[in-house]
Amino acid sequence: MASSVRARRAAGPLFVAPFLVLFLLLFLAPLGYAAYLSLFQQRLIGGTVFVGLDNYVKALQDPLLLHGVGRVALFFVIQVPLMLALALLFALALDSGLLRLARVIRLGIFVPYAVPSVVAALMWGYLYGPDFGPFAQLSRMLDLPAPHFLSEGWMLGSLANIVTWEFVGYNMIILYAALRTIPQELYEAAAMDGAGAWRIAWSVKLPALRPALLLTLLFSVIGSFQLFNEPKLLMNIAPDVISSSYTANLYGYSLAFTGQQVNYAATVSFLLGLVIVIASYAVLLTANRRRTP
Amino acid sequence: MTSLPSSRRRSTPLTIAMLAALAYFLLPLFWLVVASTKSTEDLFNSFGLWFSHTPRLLTNIKETFTQDDGVFLHWLLNTAVYAVVSAVGAALLAAAGGYGFAKFRFRGDRLAFNLVLGAVMVPTTALAIPTYLLFAKAGLVNTPWAVILPSLVNPFGLYLMRVYAQDAVPDSLLEAARIDGAGEARIFFRIALRLLGPGLVTVLLFTLVATWNNYFLPLIMLNDPNLYPITVGLASWAAQAQNGGAGSSSDMLALVVTGSLLSIVPLVVAFLLLQRYWQSGLAAGGVKQ
Repeated sequence: MASSVRARRAAGPLFVAPFLVLFLLLFLAPLGYAAYLSLFQQRLIGGTVFVGLDNYVKALQDPLLLHGVGRVALFFVIQVPLMLALALLFALALDSGLLRLARVIRLGIFVPYAVPSVVAALMWGYLYGPDFGPFAQLSRMLDLPAPHFLSEGWMLGSLANIVTWEFVGYNMIILYAALRTIPQELYEAAAMDGAGAWRIAWSVKLPALRPALLLTLLFSVIGSFQLFNEPKLLMNIAPDVISSSYTANLYGYSLAFTGQQVNYAATVSFLLGLVIVIASYAVLLTANRRRTP
Repeated sequence: MTSLPSSRRRSTPLTIAMLAALAYFLLPLFWLVVASTKSTEDLFNSFGLWFSHTPRLLTNIKETFTQDDGVFLHWLLNTAVYAVVSAVGAALLAAAGGYGFAKFRFRGDRLAFNLVLGAVMVPTTALAIPTYLLFAKAGLVNTPWAVILPSLVNPFGLYLMRVYAQDAVPDSLLEAARIDGAGEARIFFRIALRLLGPGLVTVLLFTLVATWNNYFLPLIMLNDPNLYPITVGLASWAAQAQNGGAGSSSDMLALVVTGSLLSIVPLVVAFLLLQRYWQSGLAAGGVKQ
């Protein structure tokens, strides 16, 4: 008996060891290496020198980085509430049992999730385009001015539309799956108390959706602050609007691969990661504070 | 008692509103299917949302596969290899880890688990450049491992499997197997893994999608076009189509469009076939915290 207990003690660490070893090598080590690199600078004279936190001081005053972060923050504030509100509405509609063709609708809205963001950005880019995009074609047919989806003023909205298209269905499924787990008796009790469909949605369903909504919100914070694929792809067709520092992540990329400024790129990645972790915790804390007033 | 929610009434206005929403989500895909039947010239000269007089889907597909010595097929196969190896590896690692954290107590288990949980919030792309710098030192860049290795570690997958293992693997069953003299490895592979099946498939499916769709990591890690996955390959073609003549003279455009369609077919089919799994998996992740 004693030996089996000992074997059991040893088994736990063995099961988690493969994951933890890779986690250490592929998660913590790169972070540590980036932190280390961010403390150095490459100079024409003297080569690589230790500069302490100079890179961070520089980054926090770098207008290109600050604009990039500001832009994704704005994107987050506009796009995420819109996307989650749509996902919530769709999930409630699906769960209401009032829909015909519910299965088809559910799958159809989810399908974009299976489309790579590169393909999504390419498709929408062509749809937006002034040459053979159907919107431009339609407005030419009707003799109306063509919408300038790819202009400076519209670009952030056009990007938001692509991301919304990609992820509404995914969030909808998470919320819908959570709705399905609410016990039927709860509805029956509420209905007996005279609650209508809206009242049930507001007082029974929404509170039960809290954890799922929090999860979707958290993923959206992480997703929008690292916005890269969509602007990188649209850069091809709108190079005058999307600069190499349009988003913080795009800036880090061009620093590392076009500018060869490895140390500064490491600093920018590290700072961006930090911003996202802080934003995520802020979301969690706000949500938890509201739960226990 | 007459208006219980279980009594099935259908609402036509709500259905119409949802069908309108559905149309928005399917519109780009419909455009893609239509556009894949056109030559580059027809893309410019015919209305985007309807077929031209000279549909040529098969010609486009053939040209997509023969362009640049058949590199497109390379891209498809690379993507499949990267995605399948990453997904199977990540799912097994997450299952073993999740099981270990759920069913065993050992020194430092809480600390280790919380560390992994905290990593859920570390964005993968913020990690990508540091990983690239590290891999460059280790001589791993421009190899398939540069794309596969980082995809093996899925902190959210581990969290999901821990939640799943707690419910799906009863302690009494484990105890019974131990009394029968089964070793821990045997118990895991013969009993637990089977019970963890649906959760395992969920993690597998989501890693598969994440790797299949990944662009940033392979973009920075690979520079040999023969190693590209489909996303990086298509993006490079799209850039060529844009630069190599922004008119109907460039044939690349039709290939980018047809290649895009071909690249999404496998995943869409996989999702339709495996509905049961991803839906139950998402429920497990979203409901229990």
